[in-house]
Amino acid sequence: MEEKKSKLSILTNGLIKENPVLVLLLGCCSVLATSSDGINAAGMGLAFSVVMILSNVVIAAVRKIIPDNVRIPCFIVIIAGFVTVVQLLIKAFAPALDKSLGLFIPLIVVNCIILGRAEMFASKNGIFDSLLDGIGMGIGYTCVLVIMGLIREFISAGTLFTHQILPESIPGVGIMSLPPGGFFTFALLVAAVNYFTRDKSIKVRDFGEEDAAIIEDIRAQQAEQKAKAAAAAKAKAEAEKAAAAAKAAKPVKAETEEKGE
Amino acid sequence: MGVVAIIISMILVNNYVFSQFLGICPFLGVSKKLDSAVGMGGAVIFVMVLATAVTWPIQQLLNKFEIGYLQTVVFILVIAALVQLIEMMLKKYMVSLYNALGVYLPLITTNCAVLGVCIANIDANYTYIQSLANSFGAAVGFTLALILFAGVRSTKLVNQDGVPKAFRGVPLTLLSSAILSLSFMGFSGMFS
Repeated sequence: MEEKKSKLSILTNGLIKENPVLVLLLGCCSVLATSSDGINAAGMGLAFSVVMILSNVVIAAVRKIIPDNVRIPCFIVIIAGFVTVVQLLIKAFAPALDKSLGLFIPLIVVNCIILGRAEMFASKNGIFDSLLDGIGMGIGYTCVLVIMGLIREFISAGTLFTHQILPESIPGVGIMSLPPGGFFTFALLVAAVNYFTRDKSIKVRDFGEEDAAIIEDIRAQQAEQKAKAAAAAKAKAEAEKAAAAAKAAKPVKAETEEKGE
Repeated sequence: MGVVAIIISMILVNNYVFSQFLGICPFLGVSKKLDSAVGMGGAVIFVMVLATAVTWPIQQLLNKFEIGYLQTVVFILVIAALVQLIEMMLKKYMVSLYNALGVYLPLITTNCAVLGVCIANIDANYTYIQSLANSFGAAVGFTLALILFAGVRSTKLVNQDGVPKAFRGVPLTLLSSAILSLSFMGFSGMFS
């Protein structure tokens, strides 16, 4: 029973608690770009989920063979391989979708969510758990994408999955299917999540904290290296000075020794 | 299309951040302070142009051997290796440039705009010169967006108090970029 519960929690983790888009705020580019209507959003969500699940499973399967210090390039190659497979399949069987998603299918490779899950979950857990995690993350991503797509499609054209809902006499707000509408809808969704989780998360989240932390980290490392180099240079200079002094002292010493003889 | 037209249209009309949604993560992540925005922009211009200069001939090679479908795999590896190489070269030979840009280089590998611009150049069937112009324009457009937005975010207007609690932080940042994106729509139609 205990076992089963934990498996279920792995699956639902990606759906709600660690929803990759709304809670972890990863992979914003593809979310904003491909959610202009419901069908695009669903197609992108499906393509993403397939890559996510397959790469999670394969990475979990080979995690013990891959040497630790080349793991990131290996993960990238595995992910890129699956992205290529999905890209070719979409090109062959859904050319219209390929045209509207365009650049964003190959760009699944650099989607932070997939690499992030590979690093955080699949490289540490078994195949089955990674499969569940991949499914959970895929569904979580797809749900957010489709919800955003439907909101934008409904307001901009009065349709849902291209079925006319509002009478055509009501003009749509075209801006919602354009880029500003994407930012706007995403902002409202994140605000809604903040509102419903306000008791649990007291901290105000904003972009840039992690990047700032990374930059600080690298700066600190650089300063440390510089200090080390300076210390080494100083030590070297001192050693040289000492050596020079010794050299200067030596002839004198030798002379005195000669004199002594 | 002429080189100048490509550059201007990539900076204003087809701005990568505001109208094509490429490079949103670094755009939102590094735009908190003006100096880091400038540094990141410089690093992106540098890497994007170099990445295009390298990947365009590679694609011709792939086409020659009829393995064009390996594009995604090859490009991502080449770009990752290139960023590492640039970092090492700068560290060794151009220390002042490394001190200015080096911090931002590790963040660039995950920037989808770099891979995006390389693939977009191939998809658009640009010549070598046109591709370089396209990448340069895209990178300058990205830098422009980054610097503008850093300016917006550092003003008191966007800073917190008086805003409903649920909207503080991320939603507010997104809303202000929506408004900025709206203003960039004014440029559409400059080139048909």
